[in-house]
Parts: sequence; structure tokens; C-alpha cells
Amino acid sequence: MLKKLALAATLALTPVSGAFAAGGAGEVYNYDFSFEGAFGTFDQAQLQRGLQIYTQVCSACHGMKYVPLRTLSASDGPGMPEEQVLAYAEQNFEVFDAEIDDFRPARPTDHFPANDAVGAPDLSMMAKARAGFHGPYGLGINQFFKGMGGPEYIASMLAGYTGEEKEEAGTILYENKAFPGGWISMAPVFYGDDVEFADGTEATIEQQSQDVAAFLMWAAEPQMMARKQAGFVGVVFLTVLSVLLYLTNKRIWAPVKARAKE
Amino acid sequence: MSGIPHDHYEPKSKGENWIHSRLPVVGLLYDTIMIPTPKNLNWMWIWGIVLTFCLALQIITGIVLAMHYTPHVDLAFASIEHIMRNVNGGHMLRYLHMNGASLFFVAVYLHIFRGLYYGSYKAPREITWIIGMLIYLLMMGTAFMGYVLPWGQMSFWGATVITGLFGAIPFIGEGIQTWLLGGPAVDNATLNRFFSLHYLLPFVIAGLVIVHIWAFHTTGNNNPTGVEVRRTSKADAEKDTLPFWPYFVIKDLFALAVILAVFFAVVGFMPNYLGHPDNYIEANPLATPAHIVPEWYFLPFYAILRAFDTEVWLVIAVNFLTGGIIDAKFFGVLAMFGAIAVMALAPWLDTSSVRSGRYRPMFKMWFWVFVVNFVVLTWVGAMPAEGIYPYIALVGSTYWFAYFLVILPLLGVLEKPLPQPETIEEDFQAHYGKSSSTDGAPAATPAE
Repeated sequence: MLKKLALAATLALTPVSGAFAAGGAGEVYNYDFSFEGAFGTFDQAQLQRGLQIYTQVCSACHGMKYVPLRTLSASDGPGMPEEQVLAYAEQNFEVFDAEIDDFRPARPTDHFPANDAVGAPDLSMMAKARAGFHGPYGLGINQFFKGMGGPEYIASMLAGYTGEEKEEAGTILYENKAFPGGWISMAPVFYGDDVEFADGTEATIEQQSQDVAAFLMWAAEPQMMARKQAGFVGVVFLTVLSVLLYLTNKRIWAPVKARAKE
Repeated sequence: MSGIPHDHYEPKSKGENWIHSRLPVVGLLYDTIMIPTPKNLNWMWIWGIVLTFCLALQIITGIVLAMHYTPHVDLAFASIEHIMRNVNGGHMLRYLHMNGASLFFVAVYLHIFRGLYYGSYKAPREITWIIGMLIYLLMMGTAFMGYVLPWGQMSFWGATVITGLFGAIPFIGEGIQTWLLGGPAVDNATLNRFFSLHYLLPFVIAGLVIVHIWAFHTTGNNNPTGVEVRRTSKADAEKDTLPFWPYFVIKDLFALAVILAVFFAVVGFMPNYLGHPDNYIEANPLATPAHIVPEWYFLPFYAILRAFDTEVWLVIAVNFLTGGIIDAKFFGVLAMFGAIAVMALAPWLDTSSVRSGRYRPMFKMWFWVFVVNFVVLTWVGAMPAEGIYPYIALVGSTYWFAYFLVILPLLGVLEKPLPQPETIEEDFQAHYGKSSSTDGAPAATPAE
């Protein structure tokens, strides 16, 4: 509860504006995601909520062709039971099978389908293909402390519509605080309670934006937890090795340095 | 064999004799690993080992990555995702390889700066320096082609921009560009040949590394004083040196372990920090990214390339004098390659009789300006070419050339160097003989 309050307070008080980039980057909030930092892990419940949003909202226009459906059962990912993944795949997606020359319900061995219907970008790597934080002045300091900010950008963008729209060359553009340039061709998708979460979480615009951003981070980097663990083990072992080699080196050189004193 | 007098391998047993008289490989390894090394080497002499490690790391991870990678425009991007998602440990292999390139360049730049500061390029080590510069050029070529392989947006547009540089060469440029690309534009043929060369060049580098080591094992290592090891007798040489094994091997390995701990933290916790987000978008010849930025290690030269635009009077003058043959674009290309060429010529441009910067008070100052200038060029190379940035790039580029073409030749004449120690032994004694506070207690460790 306290954490939630603190989170809400941080969200309310710290609009990380001034994200500098030529081309006028937008306002990206530095959301506090569970997977940040050296020991951060994905929040399974959040990933499942994100999947639900992806399925019921995003997948209408976007595809996710690089993500295999079977990875939904990964224990360091959404962690859905395999039967559930099977049912999910069959119920939600149809894929074209060249062997039978026809569409059939998707299986866990298939990928999420691509979707080029309205020219919306594929979301497989979206959380790594966008940087929420820049600079300052090309120095990379913001990225060093806050991370690249892909999921932060996605969440900020989804929650960043002002409600203004304009027409330009036959396309309707929507004003968005997070989108670089300020006007985006994607219509707002969240109005609150756009999905009904199974776990009873209230589906506010903020909540949905963050959940789907977290899910897309997982989709883009499903091996994140394995990677952090490998990194941590590597750092620990190399630190121990460094200490041992330091002591060895000191001992080897001691007589040489002692002789220099004579 | 010339070189510093030292013990050589003596085969003792019958078996050793049998091998040694047929193939003296053990002797070769012994002489290499026991090479007398100046005992006053400081921590800037560890980058050679780090670089050797990087080359091995890149080759080993690269060979495994190549087993899972598909060099085809329709499949390359997907095959990278296959490595990231499906191959066992594939994500670590790829991130190690990706960030390994950055570590490689961090190390090579520090290695080069070490050489520039301590005058390691000076006689008799010119060939070592030239070979080193060739290795550096090949590293840049290899890294550039490697960056194209994932077939992301930056891969594609980086390749388009860089190969376009060759197109700037007058008369034959377009032909060369088409020949390099294997067609009129960056396409499947380009990807295939880049993959082939990206696999080949590291082995050429490995060969040159052997020549590089061979060359400085003949001349002996330089050292922080720049004073040569005494070669009058083995006893004299031994006062100045210690065998590479175990003294420097352990020291270098210690440094390597510390550096790798940092490296693993980067790979494990922020593997995409040094990359560009756009490269997670598949290459699209129809959509140009807002800013095409090369990898960070190319940025200083990218800044030099862009510094000489059509508004610089020198460019205008050259353009006029050559009747338009050398236009701004070609001038930039010449400047970029010239920047490396003048660095390669440092052994002949530096006129000072003193090797080490430690005893050159004026040189020191200019050298550190050069280092700062390098950092500034790196930074400005990442910024858009508008506003004040092109001016900063121009000043930085000018200093780069001035450093090699004006400052180094003049300093040798104008500068009054400080007295140098007679021998390496003297320097070592001066360093460790007096400072009893640091190594007081452990000095009693018996050498068993």
C-alpha cells in the first residue's frame, strides 16, 4: 500500500520532461517498473494483464511476429500453464499454414501473428526500439541512470493523449505529450476499463498503459532475468578472481620491490 | 636472434631433445613467454592482454553466432531474434559479442594513447606502430561490417552512408561503390559479402597481432621512462627487466579480471546502453531514420568527416583549385582517412629525441589537449550537424591535424626536455626504494 502511494506520488510529481533530442522529444515519465535495476524481475501478474491488453486491444492493429506463443509459459515470463497457452493460442489467433494451404487455429509452436492490416509497426521489439530517455546533449547520462526508457516511453505514450486532434494530408493526427513531435497517427486506445482484469486490478488508463508496456518489455527481452543472473554470477566470480589475482600479484612482486629498497 | 640477452630454452630429457631438433616449438613458446620485460611498466601496459582477450572473445562468440545466423536480407533480422530467444545461451553470446566490440575499442584507444604518450612509436618501434595502425584499421572495417549483419535500420543506413563515402572519390568512386556493394544499393549481395569478410578479417587481424608481438619482442617493450633496457650483458639486462612470466602475466590477468567484472556488469545489466534503439527495427530501404549515427567508436572520425562542409574556406579553396574534383564530400573523406594516416606517420613527425612524455613538459600539455579533443570529437560526432556543433567539430579536427603535422614536429625543436634516468633500474629504485609507507609490511614475504 505504502509502495503504491509512493508510486502514485512519484508519478504525480516527477514528469521527466526535458528529454533532450533534436526533433523535440516528448514527456516521458520515469515509471518504476518491477524489472528495473540489476535485480529487478518481471511481475508475472502484470505480464498476464499486459498480455490480456495486447490480445484484446493492441492485436487489432499490431502484430508480434518474432515472439513464439510457447514462451508465454516461461517461468521467468508470464508463466502461464501449458494447457492455458494452448487454449489461448487456439482461441485468439489464426495462422496461415502452407501445408494445408489454409488458415487454422494457432498452436503454441507458432509465433504471434504479424499484422499489417493498417500499417501499424510490429511490437515484438518495440520496448527496445524506442528510447524514452536521451542525452543530455548526447552524453548518455540519462540512459545510464534511468535506463533506455523503452517501456517508460510506451506507457507514457499510451497515457499521454491530450484529446486534441487535427487533420493533415488526409490523416487524422492525435496530440500526444510523449510522442516526439507531439502529433501521432495512432488513435488513443485507452479510456479506462477497456479490459476487465481477471485478478480484479482496476483498469485505469495509467494501469493499462504500464501493464502493456511491461508485457512488451518481456516480449522484447524474454531472457532478461537469465541475462541479469548470468551478469551477476559473472561479476561475483570475476570479483573473487580479481582479489585472488591481486594477492598473487602482490606476493610475486614483493621480493622484487623489497630488493629495490636495499 | 637479436633482442635483449636472456636465458633460452634448453631441452633436458631425450624426448624434449627429439622434439626440439625437429620442431623448436617449445623453445619458441619459452622465449616468447619468458621475454625480458622492463620492470617499471605501469598499469597502462595491460591493454595488450585485454586486446588479445577481446580478439579471442570475439572470434569464439562470433563462430558460435555464425552457426545460427542467416545472411539473407529476408532472414537476417529474424535469425538474430532466433539467437536471442531460442538458442541456448544465445542472448548472452550475442550481448557478449556486441559489447565485446565496445570493450575492444575502449582497449585499443587506451593502448594507442599509451603509445602516443610514452613515445612507443619512435625508433626502433616504427614497424610495431604501423602494424598496430593496420590492425586498428582492420578492426574498424570488421566492426563496421559486423554492425551491418543484424540488418536493423542503423545497420542498413550506416552501410549506405559509409559505402557512400567511397562513392565520393572522383571519377572512379561510383564504380568502387558498386563493386563494394555488389550492386547499385545496399542489398542482399552486400549483406553476404559483409558476412564473409566479417568472418575473414578477424583472422587477418590475428595474423597481424602475431607480427605486432614479434616486432616488439625484437625491439623489446617500451617503458614509462622511454629509456632502453641495457643490452651490454645478461647481468645488466636482468637489472632492468623481469621475465614476462610470472610477473607480468599475473599483473595483466589481475587487470583483465577487474576490467571483465565491469564488462560483465554492462553485458548483464545494460547490454543495449551502447547500441542504438533503431537497430531493433528491421532494415527498411524506404524509411530513413531521423539521425544516422555510427557506433560510438567511430564518432571522432565521423565528426572529422562531417566537419569539412561546403562553408569551410579551406574546402572552398581546394574545391576551386582542383576545378571541383575535390568537393566537400570527398574532402571530408580524405580528412577522415587522413586523420588516421597522420597518426600512422607519428614516428616520423615527432622530432623529439626524448621518447617518453614524462620528461617532456610542453608535450605533456599538448598531449592532454589531444586526449580531451578526442573525447570532444566523439561527443560532437553524435550530435546533429547543426547549430554550434559543426564549428566544434571543425576546431577539433583542425587540432587533430595540427597535433601531428605542426605540434609534434615543432616541439622536438622548441622544447627543453627534463633529465631522464640513466637506466630503468634507477627509475624502479626511485619509485619503490623511497616509498616505504605503502609496501612496508608485506615486503617481508619470503620468496619461496
